[in-house]
Amino acid sequence: MSGTDWRNLAISAALLGLAALLPVYGSPYWLTMGTTMAMFVVLATSWALFSGPTHYISLATAAFFGIGTFVTGLGFQSLPFWVLPPLAAIIGAVLAALVGLVTLRLSGVYFVIFTLGLAEMVRQVVTWVQNQTGHRGMYVLTSITEREIYWMLVGLGALVFLAGWLIGRSRLGFALRIIGNDETVAKHAGIDTALAKVALFMVPGAVAAATGAILAPRYIYIEPATAFAPLLSFQVVIMALLGGTGRLWGPIAGVIPFSLLWEAITRQAPNQTLLLLGIAFLVIVYLLPGGFVGLWDRFRRRFGGRS
Amino acid sequence: MFILITGLLLGGTYALIALGLNLQYGVARIMNLANGEMLVAGGFAAFWLYTAGQINPVAALIVIAPVAFVVNWLVYRFMLQPLVKRAKSRGALEVDSILATFGMSFAFVGIMTWAFGGGYFNYAFLAQPLEMFGSSYAQNRVVAFVLAVVIGGALWLWLTYSRVGLNLRAVAVNPASASLVGVDVRRASALAFALGGAVTATGGALVSMFFTLDASVGVLFTMKALIIIIMGGVGDIRGTIVAAVILGIAETAVARLVDPGLTLAAAYLLFLLVLLFKPAGLFGKARG
Repeated sequence: MSGTDWRNLAISAALLGLAALLPVYGSPYWLTMGTTMAMFVVLATSWALFSGPTHYISLATAAFFGIGTFVTGLGFQSLPFWVLPPLAAIIGAVLAALVGLVTLRLSGVYFVIFTLGLAEMVRQVVTWVQNQTGHRGMYVLTSITEREIYWMLVGLGALVFLAGWLIGRSRLGFALRIIGNDETVAKHAGIDTALAKVALFMVPGAVAAATGAILAPRYIYIEPATAFAPLLSFQVVIMALLGGTGRLWGPIAGVIPFSLLWEAITRQAPNQTLLLLGIAFLVIVYLLPGGFVGLWDRFRRRFGGRS
Repeated sequence: MFILITGLLLGGTYALIALGLNLQYGVARIMNLANGEMLVAGGFAAFWLYTAGQINPVAALIVIAPVAFVVNWLVYRFMLQPLVKRAKSRGALEVDSILATFGMSFAFVGIMTWAFGGGYFNYAFLAQPLEMFGSSYAQNRVVAFVLAVVIGGALWLWLTYSRVGLNLRAVAVNPASASLVGVDVRRASALAFALGGAVTATGGALVSMFFTLDASVGVLFTMKALIIIIMGGVGDIRGTIVAAVILGIAETAVARLVDPGLTLAAAYLLFLLVLLFKPAGLFGKARG
């Protein structure tokens, strides 16, 4: 590791420590906000790991997240809680692999369309199964506090960053950057493009499912309509793109301002959240194609910094 | 028999909606994910004209289609053309247009919720039954089907035999070559996009005769139209129609025989089969 690596590692560790101590110095309100932000940081960062280099827009987050909450909902009485997030991650990864195997051999449009309806489709199937068995929703009553949920999310976030850093240095990460630049070139260079994409798509699938499993106790009552709300997928996409997917830390730069804005809008004018989401998409496409990261890089280049 | 005919009636309307999107994607190369919102807007317009002005939804099409044409032309001209100009490759345009039309879709839903409220809309037009082949069908569904066939047929004839239709088909095959043989690609794309929007809004007005709509239901129709297009093959009118009828019948069968809440799951099953076995569409040739 070079000097820059050590410096980045030290900064990351300091920021992680600062984040982990939030329950100690923050008010309950900030703990709630912090948990929401931690959730979106985990989801958006893992989303950007796949969609950043490949430019494939995944809208499957809500589906994996919902499956994770159901893993906890079905399993928390018979299994110890610490087993559930890893279990959800495995299920999420397997499902992501299946979705990837079907769609990622083909062009990006098929993938977007397939993931667009995935959460709704899973919701219909889960609702149907529940109707057949006579269950409606589920209560998840545990002794887990908001503080513990927050710490678990911060821990998961640290894992995601570590994974992202390792992937960036690995052959897989290199292969994906080539695929993102030109898939034909990648194929001619001997990269199994479909396999590489499927392998990487399993990461956000697993992370989103684990996040759902961790957050399930926070919702107390789980039903398909809320667990698989498709809005979550779009929020994640917006936050990741707003921050920029070019750097590992990009999504955080999008999550924090957007969460605060979203919170303010929901309190002031709850009916206008969709309009906000729409405008945010348009702003990203027309004004901020590289997100805040792109803006930052342009700024540094203009003012004589290193490239 | 009942399932087949109900499915066919539904599929006819789906075909019209998917034809609209196919024009936008096949010719103008814009993956328009705000298509369903245009449909809902068409349905709302028909609802409003019928309840407030006692105007027959069939007659209302004469107003709805041109208005939708103009609105879509403006959307293409001012919002999407800059993206087309900026795009370096087809892939970049696809990502940009997907994100931009998502934005429009959410913005439209937000505006429609604000203007019409979040409630459901339906109205009773020709709700009497019609006896056919020993079962009864709602007259409004039959009327919607007939109109869809007439409009779709006219569109097909126009695309196949007119000069402008030939231009559009040329752009659909290859925009670069089309401009070499003297087709104004930019105008043809704008025309196709606007026409596609008008066709979709017409489909929305037809759907509103027998379907309960609300401001946020658009994405479901977008989804179905996309599945139909992929199943039928991009730019393939015949494939679109066959795929729409298959989807209509499959949905009706699942709704009647298994559970009405599983219609999207049925569409997904078809989608999955197509992706696994015929990713280039029912009549498509495998691409390299």
